[in-house]
Amino acid sequence: MKEGWEAIIGMEIHAQLATETKIFCGCATSFGEEPNSNTCPVCLGLPGALPVLNEKVVEYGAKAALALGLNINETSIFSRKNYFYPDLPKGYQISQYDKPFSSNGELVIMTSERDDSGRAHDWQPMKIHIERMHLEEDAGKNVHEGLPETDKYSYIDLNRAGTPLGEIVTAPDFRSSWQAYDYVNHVRRVLQWVGASDADMEKGNLRCEANVSVRPIGQEKFNNKVELKNLNSVRFMQKAIEFEIARQIEAHESGEGVSQETRLWDEKNNRTRVMRSKEDAHDYRYFPEPDLQPLVVSHAFVESVKASMPELPDAMRDRFMDEFGLSFDDASQIIGERSLAKFYEDAARTSGNPRTTANFVLSEFVRELNNSGKSADQALLTSFELAALVKTLDAGAINNNQAKEVLVEVFNTGKTVAEVINEKGFEQISDVSSIEKIVDDIIQNNENQVTAYRGGNEKLFGFFVGQVMKASQGKANPKIVNEVLKAKL
Amino acid sequence: MDVRKVAHLAHLEITDEEVEIYTPQMNSIVAYVEQLNELDTSDVEPMLGGLTDEGAATFAERPDVPHDSLGQANALKEAPSAVEGHFQVPKVL
Repeated sequence: MKEGWEAIIGMEIHAQLATETKIFCGCATSFGEEPNSNTCPVCLGLPGALPVLNEKVVEYGAKAALALGLNINETSIFSRKNYFYPDLPKGYQISQYDKPFSSNGELVIMTSERDDSGRAHDWQPMKIHIERMHLEEDAGKNVHEGLPETDKYSYIDLNRAGTPLGEIVTAPDFRSSWQAYDYVNHVRRVLQWVGASDADMEKGNLRCEANVSVRPIGQEKFNNKVELKNLNSVRFMQKAIEFEIARQIEAHESGEGVSQETRLWDEKNNRTRVMRSKEDAHDYRYFPEPDLQPLVVSHAFVESVKASMPELPDAMRDRFMDEFGLSFDDASQIIGERSLAKFYEDAARTSGNPRTTANFVLSEFVRELNNSGKSADQALLTSFELAALVKTLDAGAINNNQAKEVLVEVFNTGKTVAEVINEKGFEQISDVSSIEKIVDDIIQNNENQVTAYRGGNEKLFGFFVGQVMKASQGKANPKIVNEVLKAKL
Repeated sequence: MDVRKVAHLAHLEITDEEVEIYTPQMNSIVAYVEQLNELDTSDVEPMLGGLTDEGAATFAERPDVPHDSLGQANALKEAPSAVEGHFQVPKVL
């Protein structure tokens, strides 16, 4: 950022809650269905149809709120947000306004600026104030491409209309695009972690908007802010914010000024452009939704949801660092996904060697998962077998390269580690009496070297090890070979 | 009463003559409803929905179980214009 300026950024995230059905009717929320097939009188906004709240929305909403450090309000109220748009068949969206489902949250995220190569170098905790998360219904989808005469017509698919959303709004606490980036990734991970949302930006079930303004450092007053939309990935969001910060600083410095408006990220041209200006700013005329009672959430319910919550990823990361001695980067990577974290912890405990287990998980295992498109809990390689592999390696029965080969084979076939080692003939000779026999032969056949060694030429020890390995076709356990040789010589 | 603004928000086109007619009418409706303000309701909880015969809130939730939807053909049956499974509307951005 240009010297002397600071950016003020607030984030809004819409997360689709992971229910089977819509928020106010029983239509399925399944993705990719025939257009307008998952619809009924309620979500089509037909006259006389009445909304009934889906109980799972309350449960997932509560999980999301708790995962984000929000307080769940005992009473919240659904309100109508009135505006006209073709994807909103009722002419209003059922949302929450002055009494949201949850509010006043405090969340600690880890964040770091990035260098030119995009690498993070200095992770620091940062406290974010989350103002609220309210519950609302999604609108339908406007289609502008791939159908006849799109120069004249738009098309509407209402499958998405009525899908439950949690809208998460932060205070303007972010000062850089990377802070916003790390925040969105944090939210995405915890929502997936607690099962509140699939939080998949590609499928549109996590969408974010950024409010961005800039001011000279030292100035107290906020300048006009710009709302950024159409941020289809976290990376685009970061780029859009970065672009916008530079654009606004320039506009202030040139005296042109910044007007309060909504801008879109234009992916093709790598810039933001105006979507609508303040002149047609909305007047939503919120009022309480008369077809729904206030939502009352009991203390007992909140406690039961709390009790069902898993350990959150950041707590798990800190524990892995403490308990298993992992670095921040390694532990962060392992808690990137809940099933991976669980896999690692199970394997580390069973193997008794968390460091080596982490090495296998972070390199070979993650690579194979990525190649196969599987998650850790779907893999044919179980945490138990990985632990068996680590133990076999630690016992010296196979070497590191062989272990890697075995891992891939078990991953692909689901065989046990023991089976694969057997098939590949990797099994080392660890049986002392067999090794003793080989050593005896070698001592007998190499009298000169034996005499020299016994005379003090200790360098020759390597020669004997080599001979034993050769005689055993590389299968003798090196540790035992050493022990036997030392004893016999 | 800014009748033009109300009309704009409701996406209605009205003429100057209609503004002349509606302004006093709507003012009188609002004045009539304002009589309610004569009552002091500062101690009364706002009631936002219906009550049962026993006076309890008619709060209802439903389980997260899919019902049969209308399906595409039925959903589009009454649409003024439907093309390839979609509602067709004038171009919007």
